[in-house]
Amino acid sequence: MKSIHDYSFTEKKATRDGFGAGLLQVGKDNDNVVALCADLTGSLKMNAFKDEFPNRFFQVGIAEANMMGIAAGLATTGKIPYTGTFANFSTGRVYDQIRQSIAYSSKNVKICASHAGLTLGEDGATHQILEDIGLMRMLPGMTVINPCDYNQTKLATQAIANVEGPVYLRFGRPSWPIFSPVEEKFEIGKAWHISSGIDVTIVATGHLVWTAIEAAQELEKMGISSDVLNIHTIKPLDTDAIIQSVQKTGCIVSAEEHNKFGGLGSAVAEALITSNPVPMEMVAVNDSFGESGKPTELLEKYGLTKNNIVEAVKKVRARKQ
Amino acid sequence: MQSNPSTEELERIASQIRRDIVRMVHGVASGHPGGSLGCADFFTALYFRILKHSTSFNMKGTDEDMFFLSNGHISPVWYSALARSGYFPVQELATFRKIDSRLQGHPATHEHLPGVRVASGSLGQGVSVAIGAALSKRLDGDDHLVYVLTGDGELQEGQIWEALMFAPHYMLDNLILVVDWNGQQIDGPNHEIMALGDLEEKFSAFGWETLKMNGNEMNDLVNKLEHAKTRMGRGKPLAILMTTEMGKGVDYMEGTHAWHGKAPNDELAERALDQLTETLGDY
Repeated sequence: MKSIHDYSFTEKKATRDGFGAGLLQVGKDNDNVVALCADLTGSLKMNAFKDEFPNRFFQVGIAEANMMGIAAGLATTGKIPYTGTFANFSTGRVYDQIRQSIAYSSKNVKICASHAGLTLGEDGATHQILEDIGLMRMLPGMTVINPCDYNQTKLATQAIANVEGPVYLRFGRPSWPIFSPVEEKFEIGKAWHISSGIDVTIVATGHLVWTAIEAAQELEKMGISSDVLNIHTIKPLDTDAIIQSVQKTGCIVSAEEHNKFGGLGSAVAEALITSNPVPMEMVAVNDSFGESGKPTELLEKYGLTKNNIVEAVKKVRARKQ
Repeated sequence: MQSNPSTEELERIASQIRRDIVRMVHGVASGHPGGSLGCADFFTALYFRILKHSTSFNMKGTDEDMFFLSNGHISPVWYSALARSGYFPVQELATFRKIDSRLQGHPATHEHLPGVRVASGSLGQGVSVAIGAALSKRLDGDDHLVYVLTGDGELQEGQIWEALMFAPHYMLDNLILVVDWNGQQIDGPNHEIMALGDLEEKFSAFGWETLKMNGNEMNDLVNKLEHAKTRMGRGKPLAILMTTEMGKGVDYMEGTHAWHGKAPNDELAERALDQLTETLGDY
């Protein structure tokens, strides 16, 4: 396993670009893959798929509810539909359509959601959903995935075609460091153990995985070694990996670009409280809506930075003693 | 059952389906008899004459016509039609709405009931799902048709109009939408609750071909549904405005919304069954 100091990046790209690239590839690999978009083809980077497979791409207009229903119908007949719109319009806006026509009906629909979280930036809170992981995680049978960078998003986009059943795939707008290996196999439900440590467990998902690595590097300089896990799949959660880690470290910090209610932190806490309770701190949005601003300004203001993770680690270690 | 039953035979089947509806709803003291009775003739025509389908159920509906029920609360009539046409044993109708049953209050795939391809009950979603199936058939070069039934009150849901806009845009001409136009909904008549206006004009304006059909007259049902098939493959989806009477066949339930979602007591159930001839044997 790599040491935490081995992680660096030379290039930044948006996770949504990883989705676009993965969608094109999975379209080539699997004739049953079809895609739908609600008037955000450019934003979701679905143009390459659309150009390559015009017959398998359905522009539905600004009608997300209809898109989810059509996807359910396409899945019924054996297609593997990928729906694309912003995370807010992929979840909250269409919750009942997903619940009844997709989740309860066990439809093989891949709900692909871009612009999740605060890093959507200037558009503000109407579009910055911070509740989507919670909403989707509550649906029985729903797989929930939030990859950490371009490479992982591309791999995840391809991998979800190979599992039967509904999937929520969450990614984002901003350019973000690429640090995960291209050749890394994407295993749904299996945590990526980024680095080994003994003093604290840090679990992170999505954009905050890079932030967690930066925090762990800083902690290392202070003599604190972190066991860092990338929990790209929030449901089903890799509870074995998390329990194994906390049995070693005795405390845990979660980090995510989501409300502290319902997201990764909640999922981890639910898993640990019934098996291996240890002191835990959550780096997440503190039950509020976002606002307009630059992504970095927002992450700063809402407490989702490297320093916030470092502080949370200090706090949780103090509680351990 | 012979493959092409006459109008008289279809009417005999419809009578039994009406008995099934009354007995199912009475048996569990809950459910929606009004709309179910109103649509008994339509379901009979559809399942025993119109649909090209196999009762050895295949979820994907490959090389057969597909039917989706959007107004899922009229599950009793659908369950009876499915059982009576051979999808599952008629005895299973006795389990309707009871614990551990495949016959949920509203249709579901979760318990793997043959014939059901998507859950419905939360209204407004079925047309979109049917569109997805129709798109898929077109992609696969499968020239069978997709049918979907909606309620009239259900047209008040916004998602319906998203779907109505989509189908003509994609020139989806393998899709037949039937509206159960009984003029009633839970709280009262449509025109008092939320007027639907001129439905024919609305469908036309959205780019649909339209037909009118008397949903309680077997000859008209069969003729119009056969005619509807000939209108497919011409670049437009087709909407059939089907007038029905809520509660049809049971005198005290006819023409009122009172029996939309209420079961008859023992005495009223008996009175209903006295009006409906047992033709195929009760379950």
